[in-house]
Amino acid sequence: MIGESMYQELILEHYKHPQGRGLRDPYDAEVHHVNPTCGDEVTLRVKVADGGKVLDVSYDGQGCSISQAAASVLHELATGSTVEESLSVVEEFTRLMQGRGQVEPDEDVLGDAVAFAGVAKFPARVKCALLAWMAYKDALMRSQG
Amino acid sequence: MSAPGFDVERIRKDFPVLGRELPGGRSLVYLDSGNSSQKPTQVIETMRDHLTWHYGNVGRALHVLGSESTEAYEAARDKIAAFVKAPSRDEIVFTKNASEALNLVAYAFGNPVGEDERFRIGPGDEIVISEMEHHSNIVPWQLLAQRTGATLRWFPVTDEGRLDIGGLEELVNERTKIVSIAHQSNVLGTVNSVSPILARVREVGALMMLDASQSVPHQPVDVTELGVDFVAFTGHKMVGPSGIGVLWGRRELLDAMPPFLGGGEMIEAVWMDRSTYAPVPHKFEAGTPPIVEAIGLGAAADYLTAVGMDQIKAHEKELVAYALEALPEVPGLRIIGPRTPIARGGTISFTLEGIHPHDVGQILDDVYGIAVRVGHHCARPLHLRFGIPATTRASFYLYNTTAEIDALVRGLHHVQKVFG
Repeated sequence: MIGESMYQELILEHYKHPQGRGLRDPYDAEVHHVNPTCGDEVTLRVKVADGGKVLDVSYDGQGCSISQAAASVLHELATGSTVEESLSVVEEFTRLMQGRGQVEPDEDVLGDAVAFAGVAKFPARVKCALLAWMAYKDALMRSQG
Repeated sequence: MSAPGFDVERIRKDFPVLGRELPGGRSLVYLDSGNSSQKPTQVIETMRDHLTWHYGNVGRALHVLGSESTEAYEAARDKIAAFVKAPSRDEIVFTKNASEALNLVAYAFGNPVGEDERFRIGPGDEIVISEMEHHSNIVPWQLLAQRTGATLRWFPVTDEGRLDIGGLEELVNERTKIVSIAHQSNVLGTVNSVSPILARVREVGALMMLDASQSVPHQPVDVTELGVDFVAFTGHKMVGPSGIGVLWGRRELLDAMPPFLGGGEMIEAVWMDRSTYAPVPHKFEAGTPPIVEAIGLGAAADYLTAVGMDQIKAHEKELVAYALEALPEVPGLRIIGPRTPIARGGTISFTLEGIHPHDVGQILDDVYGIAVRVGHHCARPLHLRFGIPATTRASFYLYNTTAEIDALVRGLHHVQKVFG
Protein backbone atom coordinates (compact mmCIF):
# COMPACT_ATOMS: atom_id res chain seq x y z
CA MET A 1 0.00 0.00 0.00
CA ILE A 2 1.98 2.91 -1.35
CA GLY A 3 -0.28 5.56 0.12
CA GLU A 4 -0.01 4.30 3.63
CA SER A 5 3.78 4.32 3.40
CA MET A 6 3.72 7.95 2.30
CA TYR A 7 1.57 8.85 5.26
CA GLN A 8 4.02 7.84 7.97
CA GLU A 9 2.63 7.85 11.51
CA LEU A 10 4.96 10.74 12.32
CA ILE A 11 3.53 12.85 9.49
CA LEU A 12 -0.03 12.19 10.60
CA GLU A 13 0.95 12.98 14.19
CA HIS A 14 2.37 16.38 13.18
CA TYR A 15 -0.68 17.03 10.99
CA LYS A 16 -3.12 16.30 13.81
CA HIS A 17 -1.01 18.04 16.48
CA PRO A 18 1.01 20.76 14.74
CA GLN A 19 3.95 22.10 16.74
CA GLY A 20 4.50 25.83 17.08
CA ARG A 21 1.60 26.78 14.85
CA GLY A 22 0.34 30.37 14.95
CA LEU A 23 2.06 33.64 14.06
CA ARG A 24 4.06 35.22 16.88
CA ASP A 25 5.85 38.46 17.69
CA PRO A 26 8.58 39.57 17.62
CA TYR A 27 9.89 38.65 14.19
CA ASP A 28 12.52 39.86 11.74
CA ALA A 29 10.85 38.78 8.51
CA GLU A 30 7.50 37.44 7.33
CA VAL A 31 6.81 35.70 4.01
CA HIS A 32 3.73 34.25 2.36
CA HIS A 33 4.17 31.34 -0.06
CA VAL A 34 1.47 29.58 -2.08
CA ASN A 35 1.30 26.49 -4.23
CA PRO A 36 -0.94 27.64 -7.11
CA THR A 37 -1.69 24.14 -8.37
CA CYS A 38 -3.43 23.06 -5.17
CA GLY A 39 -4.04 26.27 -3.25
CA ASP A 40 -1.90 25.33 -0.26
CA GLU A 41 -0.49 28.36 1.51
CA VAL A 42 1.75 29.26 4.40
CA THR A 43 2.62 32.49 6.16
CA LEU A 44 5.89 32.16 8.04
CA ARG A 45 7.89 34.40 10.41
CA VAL A 46 11.43 34.07 11.70
CA LYS A 47 13.17 35.70 14.65
CA VAL A 48 16.96 35.43 14.70
CA ALA A 49 19.27 36.53 17.58
CA ASP A 50 22.42 38.57 16.95
CA GLY A 51 24.61 35.50 17.31
CA GLY A 52 22.76 33.74 14.50
CA LYS A 53 20.57 31.60 16.74
CA VAL A 54 17.02 30.99 15.42
CA LEU A 55 14.80 32.06 18.31
CA ASP A 56 11.43 31.29 16.70
CA VAL A 57 9.84 30.00 13.52
CA SER A 58 6.12 30.69 13.63
CA TYR A 59 3.65 29.95 10.89
CA ASP A 60 0.05 29.66 9.84
CA GLY A 61 -1.46 28.16 6.75
CA GLN A 62 -3.87 25.79 5.13
CA GLY A 63 -3.42 22.75 2.99
CA CYS A 64 -2.98 19.02 2.87
CA SER A 65 -1.48 16.86 5.59
CA ILE A 66 1.91 16.80 3.88
CA SER A 67 2.28 20.58 3.64
CA GLN A 68 1.03 21.21 7.17
CA ALA A 69 3.07 18.45 8.80
CA ALA A 70 6.20 19.63 6.97
CA ALA A 71 5.74 23.10 8.49
CA SER A 72 5.38 21.57 11.96
CA VAL A 73 8.54 19.47 11.59
CA LEU A 74 10.42 22.49 10.27
CA HIS A 75 9.42 24.48 13.35
CA GLU A 76 10.81 21.78 15.62
CA LEU A 77 14.07 21.36 13.75
CA ALA A 78 14.87 25.01 13.12
CA THR A 79 13.86 26.64 16.40
CA GLY A 80 16.85 26.71 18.72
CA SER A 81 19.42 25.82 16.08
CA THR A 82 21.62 28.32 14.25
CA VAL A 83 20.88 29.83 10.84
CA GLU A 84 23.77 27.91 9.39
CA GLU A 85 22.72 24.55 10.87
CA SER A 86 19.12 24.93 9.84
CA LEU A 87 20.08 25.87 6.29
CA SER A 88 22.04 22.66 5.99
CA VAL A 89 18.92 20.76 7.10
CA VAL A 90 16.88 22.63 4.46
CA GLU A 91 19.48 21.69 1.88
CA GLU A 92 19.39 18.01 2.82
CA PHE A 93 15.59 17.99 2.93
CA THR A 94 15.42 19.58 -0.53
CA ARG A 95 17.90 17.03 -1.86
CA LEU A 96 15.76 14.21 -0.44
CA MET A 97 12.51 15.64 -1.82
CA GLN A 98 13.90 16.22 -5.29
CA GLY A 99 15.53 12.80 -5.43
CA ARG A 100 12.48 10.96 -6.85
CA GLY A 101 12.82 8.34 -4.15
CA GLN A 102 16.38 7.47 -5.22
CA VAL A 103 18.21 9.47 -2.54
CA GLU A 104 19.36 7.85 0.70
CA PRO A 105 18.49 10.41 3.39
CA ASP A 106 21.02 11.44 6.04
CA GLU A 107 19.11 10.75 9.24
CA ASP A 108 21.64 12.52 11.43
CA VAL A 109 20.97 15.77 9.62
CA LEU A 110 17.24 15.36 9.01
CA GLY A 111 15.93 13.95 12.29
CA ASP A 112 12.12 13.63 12.14
CA ALA A 113 12.07 15.07 8.62
CA VAL A 114 13.29 11.71 7.35
CA ALA A 115 9.66 10.57 7.64
CA PHE A 116 8.97 12.49 4.42
CA ALA A 117 11.25 10.21 2.37
CA GLY A 118 8.21 8.40 0.94
CA VAL A 119 6.75 11.65 -0.41
CA ALA A 120 9.68 12.00 -2.83
CA LYS A 121 8.19 9.18 -4.91
CA PHE A 122 5.14 11.31 -5.64
CA PRO A 123 6.26 14.23 -7.84
CA ALA A 124 2.86 15.91 -7.47
CA ARG A 125 3.28 16.05 -3.69
CA VAL A 126 6.90 17.17 -3.42
CA LYS A 127 5.85 20.80 -3.69
CA CYS A 128 3.53 20.29 -0.71
CA ALA A 129 6.39 19.05 1.46
CA LEU A 130 8.72 21.85 0.36
CA LEU A 131 6.27 24.74 0.70
CA ALA A 132 7.08 25.76 4.30
CA TRP A 133 10.78 24.91 3.92
CA MET A 134 11.19 27.19 0.91
CA ALA A 135 9.27 29.88 2.78
CA TYR A 136 11.69 29.48 5.70
CA LYS A 137 14.73 29.86 3.45
CA ASP A 138 13.18 32.96 1.90
CA ALA A 139 12.36 34.43 5.33
CA LEU A 140 15.92 33.84 6.57
CA MET A 141 17.36 35.61 3.55
CA ARG A 142 15.10 38.58 4.12
CA SER A 143 15.90 38.70 7.85
CA GLN A 144 19.62 38.83 7.05
CA GLY A 145 18.86 41.85 4.84
CA MET B 1 -32.66 -1.86 -12.89
CA SER B 2 -30.80 -0.45 -15.87
CA ALA B 3 -32.52 0.96 -18.93
CA PRO B 4 -33.73 -1.82 -21.24
CA GLY B 5 -31.04 -3.00 -23.61
CA PHE B 6 -28.29 -1.28 -21.65
CA ASP B 7 -25.69 -3.76 -20.50
CA VAL B 8 -22.92 -2.03 -18.57
CA GLU B 9 -20.77 -5.17 -18.38
CA ARG B 10 -20.82 -5.49 -22.16
CA ILE B 11 -19.92 -1.80 -22.50
CA ARG B 12 -17.01 -2.17 -20.08
CA LYS B 13 -15.49 -4.79 -22.39
CA ASP B 14 -15.19 -2.11 -25.08
CA PHE B 15 -12.83 -0.15 -22.82
CA PRO B 16 -9.67 -2.26 -22.39
CA VAL B 17 -8.16 0.02 -19.72
CA LEU B 18 -11.02 -0.74 -17.32
CA GLY B 19 -9.66 -4.28 -17.04
CA ARG B 20 -6.14 -3.06 -16.30
CA GLU B 21 -4.31 -3.96 -13.14
CA LEU B 22 -2.59 -1.07 -11.37
CA PRO B 23 0.77 -1.41 -9.56
CA GLY B 24 0.33 -3.49 -6.41
CA GLY B 25 -2.43 -5.57 -7.96
CA ARG B 26 -5.19 -3.01 -7.48
CA SER B 27 -7.95 -2.90 -10.06
CA LEU B 28 -8.89 0.43 -11.60
CA VAL B 29 -12.01 2.30 -10.49
CA TYR B 30 -12.18 5.21 -12.91
CA LEU B 31 -14.37 8.01 -11.57
CA ASP B 32 -12.71 10.90 -13.41
CA SER B 33 -14.57 11.02 -16.73
CA GLY B 34 -15.60 14.63 -16.15
CA ASN B 35 -11.89 15.36 -16.44
CA SER B 36 -11.32 13.07 -19.42
CA SER B 37 -13.07 9.89 -20.49
CA GLN B 38 -11.54 6.55 -21.40
CA LYS B 39 -11.58 5.32 -25.02
CA PRO B 40 -13.31 2.28 -26.50
CA THR B 41 -11.57 -0.14 -28.86
CA GLN B 42 -13.78 1.16 -31.68
CA VAL B 43 -12.21 4.64 -31.44
CA ILE B 44 -8.67 3.35 -30.93
CA GLU B 45 -8.93 0.97 -33.90
CA THR B 46 -10.45 3.60 -36.20
CA MET B 47 -7.54 5.93 -35.48
CA ARG B 48 -4.95 3.17 -35.81
CA ASP B 49 -6.45 2.03 -39.10
CA HIS B 50 -6.42 5.54 -40.49
CA LEU B 51 -2.84 6.21 -39.41
CA THR B 52 -1.72 2.85 -40.78
CA TRP B 53 -3.46 2.78 -44.16
CA HIS B 54 -5.08 6.05 -45.17
CA TYR B 55 -3.11 8.95 -43.76
CA GLY B 56 -2.37 12.03 -45.87
CA ASN B 57 -2.94 15.75 -45.46
CA VAL B 58 -6.49 16.95 -45.94
CA GLY B 59 -7.97 19.39 -48.41
CA ARG B 60 -4.92 19.86 -50.58
CA ALA B 61 -3.32 16.55 -51.54
CA LEU B 62 -4.53 15.10 -54.82
CA HIS B 63 -3.26 11.57 -54.34
CA VAL B 64 -5.18 8.55 -53.06
CA LEU B 65 -4.10 8.92 -49.44
CA GLY B 66 -4.89 12.64 -49.45
CA SER B 67 -8.35 12.06 -50.76
CA GLU B 68 -9.02 9.18 -48.38
CA SER B 69 -7.93 11.33 -45.46
CA THR B 70 -10.03 14.26 -46.66
CA GLU B 71 -13.02 12.01 -47.09
CA ALA B 72 -12.65 10.53 -43.60
CA TYR B 73 -12.06 13.96 -42.04
CA GLU B 74 -15.13 15.45 -43.69
CA ALA B 75 -17.16 12.33 -42.87
CA ALA B 76 -16.30 12.97 -39.22
CA ARG B 77 -17.81 16.44 -39.62
CA ASP B 78 -21.02 14.83 -40.92
CA LYS B 79 -21.11 12.49 -37.94
CA ILE B 80 -20.68 15.33 -35.45
CA ALA B 81 -23.31 17.43 -37.24
CA ALA B 82 -25.75 14.52 -36.97
CA PHE B 83 -24.76 13.86 -33.36
CA VAL B 84 -25.81 17.35 -32.21
CA LYS B 85 -28.53 17.71 -34.90
CA ALA B 86 -26.86 20.67 -36.58
CA PRO B 87 -28.97 21.97 -39.49
CA SER B 88 -25.88 22.07 -41.71
CA ARG B 89 -22.51 20.28 -41.70
CA ASP B 90 -20.88 23.62 -42.48
CA GLU B 91 -21.84 24.80 -39.01
CA ILE B 92 -19.42 22.33 -37.40
CA VAL B 93 -15.99 23.92 -36.90
CA PHE B 94 -13.21 21.66 -35.65
CA THR B 95 -10.99 23.28 -33.01
CA LYS B 96 -8.38 21.77 -30.77
CA ASN B 97 -10.66 21.78 -27.70
CA ALA B 98 -13.62 23.56 -26.12
CA SER B 99 -11.35 26.35 -24.86
CA GLU B 100 -10.35 27.19 -28.43
CA ALA B 101 -14.00 27.15 -29.51
CA LEU B 102 -14.87 29.63 -26.75
CA ASN B 103 -11.88 31.81 -27.61
CA LEU B 104 -12.80 31.74 -31.29
CA VAL B 105 -16.15 33.35 -30.49
CA ALA B 106 -14.71 35.75 -27.91
CA TYR B 107 -12.15 36.99 -30.44
CA ALA B 108 -14.88 37.60 -33.02
CA PHE B 109 -16.07 40.45 -30.81
CA GLY B 110 -14.50 43.86 -31.04
CA ASN B 111 -12.35 42.76 -33.96
CA PRO B 112 -11.82 45.58 -36.49
CA VAL B 113 -11.60 42.95 -39.27
CA GLY B 114 -15.29 42.20 -38.72
CA GLU B 115 -18.03 44.61 -39.69
CA ASP B 116 -21.14 43.01 -38.28
CA GLU B 117 -22.94 45.15 -35.72
CA ARG B 118 -23.66 42.15 -33.45
CA PHE B 119 -19.96 41.61 -32.81
CA ARG B 120 -19.12 45.26 -32.17
CA ILE B 121 -18.32 45.82 -28.51
CA GLY B 122 -16.84 48.61 -26.42
CA PRO B 123 -17.14 50.60 -23.21
CA GLY B 124 -20.71 50.48 -21.92
CA ASP B 125 -21.42 47.09 -23.49
CA GLU B 126 -21.77 44.02 -21.31
CA ILE B 127 -20.79 40.35 -21.36
CA VAL B 128 -22.64 37.95 -19.05
CA ILE B 129 -21.27 34.65 -17.71
CA SER B 130 -21.91 32.82 -14.43
CA GLU B 131 -20.16 32.04 -11.19
CA MET B 132 -20.19 28.29 -11.94
CA GLU B 133 -18.06 28.50 -15.08
CA HIS B 134 -14.92 26.58 -15.89
CA HIS B 135 -11.96 28.93 -16.34
CA SER B 136 -12.24 28.37 -20.09
CA ASN B 137 -15.59 30.16 -20.06
CA ILE B 138 -14.32 32.96 -17.80
CA VAL B 139 -10.85 33.98 -18.93
CA PRO B 140 -11.63 34.50 -22.68
CA TRP B 141 -14.41 36.92 -21.67
CA GLN B 142 -12.20 38.69 -19.12
CA LEU B 143 -9.66 39.18 -21.89
CA LEU B 144 -12.38 40.47 -24.23
CA ALA B 145 -13.51 42.95 -21.57
CA GLN B 146 -9.91 44.10 -21.08
CA ARG B 147 -9.33 44.51 -24.83
CA THR B 148 -12.48 46.47 -25.47
CA GLY B 149 -13.44 48.22 -22.24
CA ALA B 150 -16.69 46.24 -22.06
CA THR B 151 -18.00 45.15 -18.65
CA LEU B 152 -18.03 41.51 -17.49
CA ARG B 153 -21.01 40.49 -15.36
CA TRP B 154 -22.23 37.14 -14.03
CA PHE B 155 -25.14 35.17 -12.66
CA PRO B 156 -24.62 34.18 -9.02
CA VAL B 157 -25.04 30.60 -7.79
CA THR B 158 -27.44 29.57 -5.01
CA ASP B 159 -26.38 27.64 -1.90
CA GLU B 160 -27.88 24.54 -3.49
CA GLY B 161 -25.61 24.95 -6.51
CA ARG B 162 -28.22 26.19 -8.98
CA LEU B 163 -27.92 29.19 -11.23
CA ASP B 164 -29.61 32.17 -9.56
CA ILE B 165 -31.58 33.87 -12.32
CA GLY B 166 -33.55 36.09 -9.94
CA GLY B 167 -31.82 39.14 -11.40
CA LEU B 168 -32.14 38.04 -15.03
CA GLU B 169 -34.08 41.10 -16.25
CA GLU B 170 -31.49 43.51 -14.92
CA LEU B 171 -28.42 41.37 -15.61
CA VAL B 172 -29.27 40.71 -19.25
CA ASN B 173 -30.29 44.05 -20.71
CA GLU B 174 -30.02 46.29 -23.79
CA ARG B 175 -26.28 46.70 -23.18
CA THR B 176 -25.65 42.94 -23.23
CA LYS B 177 -23.80 41.64 -26.30
CA ILE B 178 -23.38 37.98 -25.35
CA VAL B 179 -24.35 35.56 -22.60
CA SER B 180 -22.11 32.49 -22.26
CA ILE B 181 -22.83 29.84 -19.62
CA ALA B 182 -22.20 26.19 -18.93
CA HIS B 183 -24.90 23.80 -20.09
CA GLN B 184 -23.79 21.49 -17.27
CA SER B 185 -21.43 22.45 -14.46
CA ASN B 186 -18.17 20.49 -14.29
CA VAL B 187 -18.15 20.79 -10.48
CA LEU B 188 -21.75 20.89 -9.29
CA GLY B 189 -23.23 18.61 -11.93
CA THR B 190 -26.06 21.14 -12.30
CA VAL B 191 -27.78 21.14 -15.69
CA ASN B 192 -28.82 24.70 -16.40
CA SER B 193 -32.18 25.55 -17.83
CA VAL B 194 -31.46 27.44 -21.03
CA SER B 195 -34.89 28.64 -22.19
CA PRO B 196 -35.68 31.36 -19.62
CA ILE B 197 -32.28 32.96 -20.17
CA LEU B 198 -32.49 32.58 -23.93
CA ALA B 199 -35.92 34.24 -24.00
CA ARG B 200 -34.45 37.31 -22.28
CA VAL B 201 -31.37 37.23 -24.54
CA ARG B 202 -33.65 37.37 -27.59
CA GLU B 203 -35.69 40.20 -26.07
CA VAL B 204 -32.60 42.38 -25.78
CA GLY B 205 -31.07 41.29 -29.09
CA ALA B 206 -27.93 39.70 -27.63
CA LEU B 207 -26.26 36.39 -28.57
CA MET B 208 -26.01 33.26 -26.45
CA MET B 209 -23.32 30.61 -26.20
CA LEU B 210 -23.24 27.35 -24.25
CA ASP B 211 -20.19 25.58 -22.93
CA ALA B 212 -21.53 22.07 -23.47
CA SER B 213 -18.30 20.22 -22.66
CA GLN B 214 -20.04 18.39 -19.81
CA SER B 215 -23.44 17.88 -21.44
CA VAL B 216 -22.82 16.67 -25.01
CA PRO B 217 -21.01 13.51 -23.77
CA HIS B 218 -23.80 12.63 -21.33
CA GLN B 219 -27.20 13.49 -22.78
CA PRO B 220 -28.82 13.90 -26.19
CA VAL B 221 -28.11 17.46 -27.32
CA ASP B 222 -30.02 19.04 -30.19
CA VAL B 223 -28.58 22.46 -31.02
CA THR B 224 -31.70 23.51 -32.92
CA GLU B 225 -33.94 22.62 -30.02
CA LEU B 226 -31.65 24.48 -27.60
CA GLY B 227 -32.05 27.52 -29.83
CA VAL B 228 -28.81 29.23 -28.80
CA ASP B 229 -26.26 30.75 -31.19
CA PHE B 230 -23.05 28.90 -30.32
CA VAL B 231 -22.21 25.61 -28.61
CA ALA B 232 -18.69 24.51 -27.64
CA PHE B 233 -17.65 21.00 -26.65
CA THR B 234 -14.61 18.76 -26.64
CA GLY B 235 -13.73 15.30 -27.94
CA HIS B 236 -11.79 13.77 -25.09
CA LYS B 237 -14.68 13.89 -22.63
CA MET B 238 -16.96 11.94 -25.03
CA VAL B 239 -14.83 8.80 -25.48
CA GLY B 240 -12.90 10.50 -28.30
CA PRO B 241 -9.26 11.56 -28.39
CA SER B 242 -7.76 14.75 -26.96
CA GLY B 243 -6.66 17.50 -29.34
CA ILE B 244 -10.03 17.88 -31.02
CA GLY B 245 -12.96 20.10 -30.04
CA VAL B 246 -16.00 21.49 -31.74
CA LEU B 247 -17.67 24.84 -32.21
CA TRP B 248 -21.18 24.73 -33.53
CA GLY B 249 -22.52 28.11 -34.62
CA ARG B 250 -25.40 29.40 -36.68
CA ARG B 251 -24.29 29.58 -40.29
CA GLU B 252 -25.32 33.16 -40.70
CA LEU B 253 -23.30 34.23 -37.65
CA LEU B 254 -20.22 32.20 -38.60
CA ASP B 255 -20.39 33.88 -42.03
CA ALA B 256 -20.51 37.30 -40.40
CA MET B 257 -17.57 36.65 -38.06
CA PRO B 258 -13.98 37.55 -38.91
CA PRO B 259 -11.43 34.70 -39.12
CA PHE B 260 -9.78 33.68 -35.86
CA LEU B 261 -6.38 32.22 -36.79
CA GLY B 262 -4.82 32.93 -40.16
CA GLY B 263 -2.93 30.34 -42.18
CA GLY B 264 -3.14 27.60 -44.74
CA GLU B 265 -6.52 26.24 -45.87
CA MET B 266 -8.52 29.11 -44.38
CA ILE B 267 -8.05 31.30 -47.45
CA GLU B 268 -9.69 31.76 -50.81
CA ALA B 269 -6.97 33.89 -52.39
CA VAL B 270 -3.89 35.63 -50.99
CA TRP B 271 -2.02 38.69 -52.29
CA MET B 272 0.96 40.21 -50.54
CA ASP B 273 -1.18 42.92 -48.96
CA ARG B 274 -4.54 41.19 -48.38
CA SER B 275 -6.50 37.95 -48.49
CA THR B 276 -9.97 36.68 -49.00
CA TYR B 277 -11.22 33.79 -46.95
CA ALA B 278 -12.62 30.33 -47.50
CA PRO B 279 -16.28 29.77 -46.70
CA VAL B 280 -17.18 28.28 -43.31
CA PRO B 281 -16.23 25.98 -41.70
CA HIS B 282 -12.79 26.15 -43.37
CA LYS B 283 -12.47 29.88 -42.66
CA PHE B 284 -11.91 28.88 -39.02
CA GLU B 285 -9.64 25.89 -39.58
CA ALA B 286 -6.23 27.39 -40.31
CA GLY B 287 -3.32 25.04 -40.89
CA THR B 288 -3.24 21.25 -40.92
CA PRO B 289 -6.02 20.23 -38.54
CA PRO B 290 -5.92 17.36 -36.02
CA ILE B 291 -6.93 14.91 -38.78
CA VAL B 292 -6.80 11.57 -37.03
CA GLU B 293 -8.27 13.11 -33.87
CA ALA B 294 -11.28 14.38 -35.84
CA ILE B 295 -11.73 10.94 -37.38
CA GLY B 296 -11.46 9.41 -33.92
CA LEU B 297 -14.12 11.82 -32.68
CA GLY B 298 -16.38 10.73 -35.53
CA ALA B 299 -15.92 7.12 -34.37
CA ALA B 300 -16.71 8.23 -30.81
CA ALA B 301 -19.99 9.79 -31.98
CA ASP B 302 -20.81 6.55 -33.81
CA TYR B 303 -20.07 4.56 -30.68
CA LEU B 304 -22.20 6.73 -28.40
CA THR B 305 -25.04 6.76 -30.93
CA ALA B 306 -24.96 2.97 -31.17
CA VAL B 307 -25.22 2.67 -27.37
CA GLY B 308 -27.87 5.38 -27.35
CA MET B 309 -27.58 8.79 -25.73
CA ASP B 310 -30.96 8.34 -24.02
CA GLN B 311 -29.71 5.08 -22.51
CA ILE B 312 -26.48 6.71 -21.35
CA LYS B 313 -28.40 9.54 -19.74
CA ALA B 314 -30.71 7.09 -17.96
CA HIS B 315 -27.78 4.97 -16.75
CA GLU B 316 -25.96 7.99 -15.35
CA LYS B 317 -29.11 9.19 -13.67
CA GLU B 318 -29.32 5.85 -11.84
CA LEU B 319 -25.67 6.11 -10.83
CA VAL B 320 -25.99 9.65 -9.52
CA ALA B 321 -29.20 8.84 -7.61
CA TYR B 322 -27.40 5.87 -6.04
CA ALA B 323 -24.35 7.97 -5.15
CA LEU B 324 -26.45 10.81 -3.70
CA GLU B 325 -27.97 8.23 -1.33
CA ALA B 326 -24.73 6.45 -0.50
CA LEU B 327 -22.22 9.30 -0.08
CA PRO B 328 -23.91 11.17 2.80
CA GLU B 329 -23.43 8.01 4.90
CA VAL B 330 -19.78 9.04 5.18
CA PRO B 331 -19.43 11.18 8.33
CA GLY B 332 -18.45 14.79 7.67
CA LEU B 333 -19.14 14.57 3.94
CA ARG B 334 -20.70 17.67 2.39
CA ILE B 335 -21.92 17.61 -1.19
CA ILE B 336 -21.28 20.84 -3.10
CA GLY B 337 -24.16 20.96 -5.58
CA PRO B 338 -27.72 19.70 -5.93
CA ARG B 339 -28.54 16.80 -3.61
CA THR B 340 -31.38 15.51 -5.75
CA PRO B 341 -30.90 13.72 -9.07
CA ILE B 342 -33.12 16.26 -10.83
CA ALA B 343 -31.61 18.52 -13.50
CA ARG B 344 -28.15 17.34 -12.64
CA GLY B 345 -25.62 15.06 -14.27
CA GLY B 346 -23.32 12.37 -12.93
CA THR B 347 -20.71 14.63 -11.36
CA ILE B 348 -20.53 14.93 -7.59
CA SER B 349 -18.10 17.19 -5.74
CA PHE B 350 -17.74 17.06 -1.99
CA THR B 351 -15.63 17.96 1.00
CA LEU B 352 -14.72 15.81 3.99
CA GLU B 353 -14.57 17.85 7.14
CA GLY B 354 -11.03 18.48 8.30
CA ILE B 355 -9.41 16.47 5.51
CA HIS B 356 -7.78 18.11 2.52
CA PRO B 357 -8.93 16.79 -0.90
CA HIS B 358 -5.34 16.01 -1.90
CA ASP B 359 -5.12 13.60 1.01
CA VAL B 360 -8.50 12.11 0.07
CA GLY B 361 -7.47 11.61 -3.56
CA GLN B 362 -4.07 10.18 -2.65
CA ILE B 363 -5.47 7.51 -0.31
CA LEU B 364 -8.29 6.59 -2.73
CA ASP B 365 -5.77 6.13 -5.52
CA ASP B 366 -2.97 4.45 -3.63
CA VAL B 367 -5.06 2.07 -1.55
CA TYR B 368 -8.08 1.38 -3.71
CA GLY B 369 -7.11 2.31 -7.28
CA ILE B 370 -9.95 4.84 -7.32
CA ALA B 371 -9.27 7.73 -9.69
CA VAL B 372 -11.08 10.93 -8.71
CA ARG B 373 -10.13 14.54 -9.28
CA VAL B 374 -9.09 16.81 -6.43
CA GLY B 375 -8.54 20.55 -6.43
CA HIS B 376 -10.61 23.43 -7.80
CA HIS B 377 -11.34 21.70 -11.13
CA CYS B 378 -10.56 24.87 -13.10
CA ALA B 379 -13.48 26.58 -11.37
CA ARG B 380 -11.79 28.61 -8.67
CA PRO B 381 -14.44 31.37 -8.44
CA LEU B 382 -17.09 28.74 -7.73
CA HIS B 383 -15.00 27.32 -4.89
CA LEU B 384 -14.48 30.84 -3.53
CA ARG B 385 -18.27 31.27 -3.66
CA PHE B 386 -18.64 28.24 -1.38
CA GLY B 387 -15.75 29.36 0.84
CA ILE B 388 -13.64 26.26 0.22
CA PRO B 389 -10.20 25.95 -1.39
CA ALA B 390 -10.84 22.63 -3.09
CA THR B 391 -13.13 19.63 -3.41
CA THR B 392 -12.94 15.95 -4.29
CA ARG B 393 -14.93 15.12 -7.43
CA ALA B 394 -16.30 11.79 -8.60
CA SER B 395 -17.70 11.84 -12.13
CA PHE B 396 -19.51 8.96 -13.80
CA TYR B 397 -19.96 7.79 -17.36
CA LEU B 398 -21.58 5.01 -19.32
CA TYR B 399 -19.05 2.41 -18.15
CA ASN B 400 -19.37 3.02 -14.39
CA THR B 401 -21.27 0.76 -12.00
CA THR B 402 -22.94 1.02 -8.62
CA ALA B 403 -20.27 -1.39 -7.32
CA GLU B 404 -17.69 1.31 -8.10
CA ILE B 405 -19.70 3.81 -6.05
CA ASP B 406 -19.70 1.27 -3.20
CA ALA B 407 -15.91 1.09 -3.53
CA LEU B 408 -15.73 4.89 -3.34
CA VAL B 409 -17.81 4.93 -0.14
CA ARG B 410 -15.61 2.20 1.39
CA GLY B 411 -12.53 4.17 0.37
CA LEU B 412 -13.85 7.34 1.98
CA HIS B 413 -14.51 5.50 5.24
CA HIS B 414 -10.89 4.39 5.16
CA VAL B 415 -9.72 7.97 4.52
CA GLN B 416 -11.67 8.98 7.63
CA LYS B 417 -9.85 6.29 9.60
CA VAL B 418 -6.41 7.47 8.48
CA PHE B 419 -6.97 11.17 9.12
CA GLY B 420 -9.77 11.20 11.68
